[in-house]
Order: sequence, then C-alpha cells, then structure tokens
Amino acid sequence: MSWTNEQIADKVLEYINDFTSVNLGIGLPTMVAERIPEDKGLWVHSENGVLGVKGRPTKDSVSPTLINAGKETVSIQKGASFFDSSLSFGMIRGGHIDYCILGGMEVDSEGSLANWMIPGKKLTGMGGAMDLVHGAKQVYVMMNHFNKDGQSKLVPKCTLPLTGFGVVSLVFTDQGVFRPSGNGFEVLELADKSKTKEELF
Amino acid sequence: MSSKVYKNATEALKDIHNGASIMSGGFGLCGIPENSIDALTKMDIKDLTVISNNIGNSGRGLVKILIQDKIKKAYCSYVGGNPDLETRIMNKEIDIELVPQGTFSERIRAAGLGIRAFYTPTGYGTVVADGKEVKHFDRPCILEEALHADFAIIKAQKGDTFGNLWFKETARNFSPLMAMAAKTTIVEVEQLVEVGELAAEDIHLPGIFVQRIYQGTNYKNDIEFLKVQED
Repeated sequence: MSWTNEQIADKVLEYINDFTSVNLGIGLPTMVAERIPEDKGLWVHSENGVLGVKGRPTKDSVSPTLINAGKETVSIQKGASFFDSSLSFGMIRGGHIDYCILGGMEVDSEGSLANWMIPGKKLTGMGGAMDLVHGAKQVYVMMNHFNKDGQSKLVPKCTLPLTGFGVVSLVFTDQGVFRPSGNGFEVLELADKSKTKEELF
Repeated sequence: MSSKVYKNATEALKDIHNGASIMSGGFGLCGIPENSIDALTKMDIKDLTVISNNIGNSGRGLVKILIQDKIKKAYCSYVGGNPDLETRIMNKEIDIELVPQGTFSERIRAAGLGIRAFYTPTGYGTVVADGKEVKHFDRPCILEEALHADFAIIKAQKGDTFGNLWFKETARNFSPLMAMAAKTTIVEVEQLVEVGELAAEDIHLPGIFVQRIYQGTNYKNDIEFLKVQED
C-alpha cells in the first residue's frame, strides 16, 4: 500500500500550521494548492510575483498573465498582491515565508537536497529552489519515494549536485513522512506500517 | 528633451550590435517582449549575451534567436521546458551561467541601484559557490556581483510617453529590475498613453529608467499550461 499524490498533498497540509505562508515548487507540490481547505487561512506564495494564489481559475476567468511558478494558469484569493521578482525573492530570502514545498531527486540523512540536475542526463536548472532552501523557515520535500529503477530517493549521502546542504526539515513520499536525523531517517508516519527500513532506505 | 517614443520594434532596436548584452523580461512566456524578440530574429547580429530567466520555452520567446545561433552566452535560472536550450548546454554549444533565481533578480536589481556586490547564503555548499568569496555572518555566505547589460527589452501593459510603466498581474516579474540595470531600456507596451493618464500612485516603474518606448502589436500572450476548474 502506498499513498496517492493527493494523499501526500493532504499529508503535507497536516504538517502546515493554519494562517501561515507557503511557497509551492514546480511539479508534485503544485497539487497542494488545490487541496487547501478554505478555512485553513494559508497565503500561497509563487515566486514569479504573487502572494495569495488560490488554485485553478474558472474557464471564464483565465488570464495569460496570471500564472504560478510552474507556468500554469491560476486564480487569486481576496487580499492577494502582485510584485516584481526582487520583492518576491525578498520575501523568501528575508525569512518571511513560513514553509516551502519542493520536489526532489535525492534527499540525504543530513537533510541535503538535490533537485536540479543529473550530470550528462537531465538539466532543469535550480530556478528558485536554492533561494527557498535558505530562506523559508521550514523546508519540506514532496516526491516519489523510489526512482524509475526502484531505488530509494532517500539516501545516506546525495550523489547528485546539491541544491542545498543540510536544509530539509521533512520529506513526504508515497511511503510516508520522514525526518533526516543525521545518521539516517526518523520515520514519523508510514503508508504501509508493515514496511521495514531495509525496504525504504 | 527629445522624445522617447519610437515607431516600432525595428526602429527601437536598430543599434543593437554584434556582441551586445541584452536583458529580456518575462517569466516563462508571461510578460515577454514579443515584438522586440521578433525584431531580433530579423536582425543580422550574433555573439549576443542574453540575460533572461528562461530564454523562452518550447520554440517560443527567445528560443527563436537561440535556434538561429545568435546567442553566445546566456544567464538564466531555469531550463526545464526548454529542450532547445538543454540540448545546447549538454553539447556545450552555448556558454551558460545558471544563477539561482533570487540571486539572479538581486544581481540585476543591484546593478540598477548602484550596488556592486552583496553576500547571500543562497548557493553556499553547491557548485554555484565555486570560485566565489565566502564570508561568515550568521552563516556562511557567498559574494555575488551586480549584473549589468547594454540593453533591456521589456514589455508592460501600459506606458506613457515619458516611460512610466504599469504591469499586469504576474507579467511584471523581472522587467522593472532589468529596466534599471541596462544602459538602454527599450519598452514595448500594449497601450501607449500620454503623460498624466497613469495616476502617479499607480506607476510601477518611473520613466527615468526608460530610454525608448513603442506601441506593440499583435500580442499572442501565450499560455504555457492552461489549467481550469473542471465543470
């Protein structure tokens, strides 16, 4: 048994306090925006210059100039604001954003994250991730637990180029919730309680 | 004072030369200077240095001049969704500097505001820090230098003849910063108005940072990923 992407998103939301601000990264994390209960009072920040993202627009209200960091059309909630990239990253780098949720290729037991390139194979660039890992108060990673070859993406030591060293607070995967603890991963929750550490790491 | 108003993109971009450095506004395709980019595709220029967050996307935006091999060096933060750029980087056909997006915007802002360099923790412990000075404040930080350009090409929704600008929604992104950082800033607008028509308190970028402005045409305003609520 493993969690669906929606269940991972809901699990992430359980670990986010009400009435806080959260930045959602490209990929899996964007799903979180669509699962936020209205009474939770979250301010979703998107680094391309908007605070107060609300999820998908209705067909009639789509605007090509209103997008999130994943370049998807979005809508805004009451009280939202727009600003330039410098002010947007000032919110991040200045420590004003409570949580960021990032995708990941590898997370290691020291809390380091790699999510922007596989040498010789794939290059996405770091985008805002390197700023977010040093600026947000809590850094959460939301990703599939295993890669295409079936190997765990929670590793003793990252082998891919780092996004940040020792920055990750919690990891949310289809297998559970984990905390990097220095010499391994502390298991906070499991999708399937019968899974052993050998199967997970 | 001579007029800043130009007839069209061709006139406004006429003196962009071989080897020039050009900043181009926009996040993905949102807020890109469509008319100025199209004008660049028709100009006989090469060896450009381009500073832009994404260098276009999937055949659109700055990819149009990338595939004409007019770009020698590029600064950007994100390559995802741009296979033409990714391939050229992998094959070492372009000189690329990948810059964390907050450092990217701050280096541009710094250039515009007369700040020579600044320290930031972003990138510490990664390849971004290679060869850079490290100084310990509350935590280790690296020294990042201001990023200037000869030209900036940007787009605003509305602008007046002095160059005061108003941007729509998230189309603002890097554009006001680039306008401050370049020697010559060339703005295209969907709506060119007379001075006084924009309320002073609604101006996002004062016209002092703008050298040239023209009325653009035929805006596509492409959407990269259309997401709507299901019925």
